[in-house]
Amino acid sequence: MIELENISFDHCLKCTVCTVYCPVAKATPLFPGPKQSGPDAERLRIKNPELVDDSLKYCSNCKRCETACPSDVRIADIIQAAKWTYWRRRTRPRDFLLAHTDLMGFWGTALAGLVNRAAGAGVVRYLLDIFVKIPKERPFPKYSTSTFKRWFRDHGPDPSVHPDQAVYFHGCYVNYQNPGLGRDVVDVLAALGVGVRITNEKCCGVPLIANGYLDRARKHARHNIEGLARAADQAGGPIVTASSTCAYALMYEYPGILRQDNRAIADRIQYLTRFLAPRLADRPDVLKTPVPLKVAYHAPCHLARMGGVVDTVEVLRRIPGLDPRLLHSECCGISGTYGFKKELYPIAQDVGADLKEKILAVKPDLVVTDCETCAWQIEFLTGLRVVHPVTLLAWSVRGGASSPV
Amino acid sequence: MKTIETQVAIIGGGVTGAGTLRDLALRGIPAVLVEKGDLASGTSGRNHGLLHSGSRYAVGDPESARECIAESRVLKVIARHTVEDTGGLFVTLPGDDPGYADRLIRAGRDTGIEIEEIPVSKALRMEPHLNPAITRALLAPDATIDPFRLTMANVLSAVEHGQQALTHVEATSLIREGDRVAGILCRDRKTGERFAIRSRMVVNAAGIWGRRVCQMANLDLAMHPSKGSMLIIDYRVNRVVINRSRPASDGDIIVPGDTVSLLGTTSRTVDYDAIDDLRVDDDEIDVLLKDAENLIPRISRTRALRAYAGVRPLLAASEGKDGREISRGLVLIDHETRDGLAGLVTMAGGKLTTYRLMAEKLADYVAERLGVNRPCETRQAPLPGSEKPVPIRRTSKKFTGVSESVVGSTHYRHGERVHQVLGGEKANFALVCECEMVTAGEVRYAIKTLGARDLIDLRRRTRLGMGPCQGGLCAYRAAGLMEELGAVDADTALTMLAEFLEERYKGVRPVLWGDGMREMEFIYWLYEGLFGLGAGDGSQTETQAPERDVP
Ligand SMILES: Cc1cc2nc3c(=O)[nH]c(=O)nc-3n(C[C@H](O)[C@H](O)[C@H](O)COP(=O)(O)OP(=O)(O)OC[C@H]3O[C@@H](n4cnc5c(N)ncnc54)[C@H](O)[C@@H]3O)c2cc1C
Ligand code: SF4
Ligand code: SF4
Repeated sequence: MIELENISFDHCLKCTVCTVYCPVAKATPLFPGPKQSGPDAERLRIKNPELVDDSLKYCSNCKRCETACPSDVRIADIIQAAKWTYWRRRTRPRDFLLAHTDLMGFWGTALAGLVNRAAGAGVVRYLLDIFVKIPKERPFPKYSTSTFKRWFRDHGPDPSVHPDQAVYFHGCYVNYQNPGLGRDVVDVLAALGVGVRITNEKCCGVPLIANGYLDRARKHARHNIEGLARAADQAGGPIVTASSTCAYALMYEYPGILRQDNRAIADRIQYLTRFLAPRLADRPDVLKTPVPLKVAYHAPCHLARMGGVVDTVEVLRRIPGLDPRLLHSECCGISGTYGFKKELYPIAQDVGADLKEKILAVKPDLVVTDCETCAWQIEFLTGLRVVHPVTLLAWSVRGGASSPV
Repeated sequence: MKTIETQVAIIGGGVTGAGTLRDLALRGIPAVLVEKGDLASGTSGRNHGLLHSGSRYAVGDPESARECIAESRVLKVIARHTVEDTGGLFVTLPGDDPGYADRLIRAGRDTGIEIEEIPVSKALRMEPHLNPAITRALLAPDATIDPFRLTMANVLSAVEHGQQALTHVEATSLIREGDRVAGILCRDRKTGERFAIRSRMVVNAAGIWGRRVCQMANLDLAMHPSKGSMLIIDYRVNRVVINRSRPASDGDIIVPGDTVSLLGTTSRTVDYDAIDDLRVDDDEIDVLLKDAENLIPRISRTRALRAYAGVRPLLAASEGKDGREISRGLVLIDHETRDGLAGLVTMAGGKLTTYRLMAEKLADYVAERLGVNRPCETRQAPLPGSEKPVPIRRTSKKFTGVSESVVGSTHYRHGERVHQVLGGEKANFALVCECEMVTAGEVRYAIKTLGARDLIDLRRRTRLGMGPCQGGLCAYRAAGLMEELGAVDADTALTMLAEFLEERYKGVRPVLWGDGMREMEFIYWLYEGLFGLGAGDGSQTETQAPERDVP
């Protein structure tokens, strides 16, 4: 049954483990931490909604607290829901822009040359900093000149030549900023005999949730649930996604904070490496070209929350020649749109400082992570190139020229 | 022996005694109150905290109903920071006599209580978790009142007018001079010190224990202790008081109180000798849970925090008529007229809601005997903290560097006194109890201004330890702080901690299942495993660590 209300706070033992694991509480005294902001304060908010704390804004929704909690309290959900239920809404143009990744993506790709140049220009950044409160230090991810959707429509391989098929939820990042990663996914799956279909998907909703556009996020959720379910029926296969955050949203944010019935797809969604791990175990031969690189692997918080880190690690270990170094789990700090907000930017950078040190200590050739926003943050923090695990797989599958080695 | 001279000695620091101390203060009559435990540790701290509109009595006891509606209107103003004007619903469940609602509406008209029928759909909107099967709903002007803070505020007001309130001090006997009472002999239960209070009048406001006070003067007072058990639920499952629309019986009320909801109650006759050691029986818990679930189905999925029982101080109105003539109304017993013993007056019966009226009657009586003719002022004079209504949001803006939820909770508890509690040093903002947002400043205030002498006292003044962990995570911090503030020495702090845990365990034991059980295991591990409280080093705390009995 769909739970209409999150009363998991009732199970809290007050053990405080969540607060120990919260990267934001560690970085700033302004945030009292998940225990106090979540289960503790929820009882007070139920008593009187006026008791809602302004400090909830510091929670980055990284969900590390939930991963740590022994009582399965959905702390981050409680905090997110409290923000948007009890706060008086104040809309900011910036939050609107950051939230609507698909809208931004549409114009960003249409006007890629202009937008990318403007986003890099000092004056523009200065103005954005002052008026829109997007910190000038934070580099913008570049928009691609064409979308993944368009490429797939025009050049996508016919899925029916393969014995199995999967529906691929590519997400906004692949569509507007990194279609190459989408092609990597298609290639790796094809090598394993899996044909790819896509749907007319909308943004999974995570940036909308983070910025308080819950109604719009719900609309997206309903659209995606319906479209993906239909496509999965036709394909007779699973739904995969290579974005850990999109995967988390489809599986957990929909029935959780968005209260949408996702049973039509819930059992069929898999984060890509979970889908790949057993298949690569059966067919190690597809990874034909060695990738002789030392890479530092950063596990994104949302993947950890889903228990998906083991799969990615297993997949990386199968790549011949690769020397993957697992980093001690830390939050990178950016948490999606969080690190793009001027007032939160210093916290995001403080949170990321530990990770930066750990990465530099490994002296890797490349950094690997499953999450696009983690990748931006790590590139910014360390100056190193960051790639998705699937890109490494694609190099090994395709061999030759596509690899940077 | 030390002797305190005063005009009036009051025995009992329940709400009646506290109210009387204040009433006398406002009339300029010096008085000293003694309480054998803590303020509101008797029946005053063991009830539902319902500010009766009188609706529950309207059908059967119109006299009490009229008192309640009049007094509740007064308290909603003079004690506004301890009152929440929630409103109350009387709901008819399928199978209940639907005619009772009609009788109730009629009785409301007769007694002047605004009881109106509302559509079931409206009731469900007001109270979303209510059983959707209800067939009728009446709305009544019920409210909730915090008995601890009400009692404290009365004492605080009195003390600020120069009265004395001595807690943990027991009246052991009466000083008699011929056929009049001239004071009391006392013993401080914390220090063992004995002393006398000489006064022209002694007020017996000892509630159910009033019979024992009378026995000190070889007088008899027939009392019929009737035990009522209640259960506290982790969070507020309801916003308004929910009553079952039927003649009073077990398990027919759910009261939202501060951060929790309270399920009430049962009614069982107990031996008079059992009043000092009340236990909640397992079958009472079953009754309370089952009946409450009929009203709010989700109760069964909510964590129960603790259970406790109180005794109704009912008096046989005319003796000899086998208990049925029991009065819930308030009764002033003039021992001079009744027993030929001057200088002693007993107040019995009544309710939390009518405490002010009882205090007024007592003070009227006392003032007349002492030849003072100043009228009662408590009908108008607001209690400390209740001077004027201030919205929480406005208070929150006055403090920076501390969460809105902390300021708001403090404001809720202390009204306008929030500025004394949190003002001054930033160190006051440090949180001690995170479930109920009790700060170091509040602990200090409770000790210095509200006279807390141990952790259990602290709980009554602040709600420290009343949340889901029941003090497990804050008791040791508070004990340390009390030692730092010079309220207790280090050894006492440890004993106090053990006593607190023991008290906690008593309350939690009847509801040990599910999450409550996990919590108990965790706290047990924390104190015994991590802190070594009760470690086998022969320390006094060893045998007292209550978690040892966890099955
Ligand atoms: C289960 C239950 C539910 C109730 N619910 C409500 C409700 O919702 N609303 C409402 O209005 N009323 C309610 N009542 C009634 C209400 O609680 C009592 O009427 C009221 O609290 C009585 O206060 P009191 O001061 O007279 O007595 P108490 O609070 O009992 O005060 C007497 C005090 O005297 C002290 N004492 C005794 N002997 C000595 C001594 N020798 N020396 C020094 N001190 C001594 C005791 O320690 C005690 O603290 C309820 C009662 C019960 C039992
Ligand atoms: S989601 Fe992340 S930032 Fe928010 S409370 Fe949990 S651990 Fe802290
Ligand atoms: S980790 Fe879970 S159980 Fe422990 S305090 Fe946090 S929310 Fe409560």
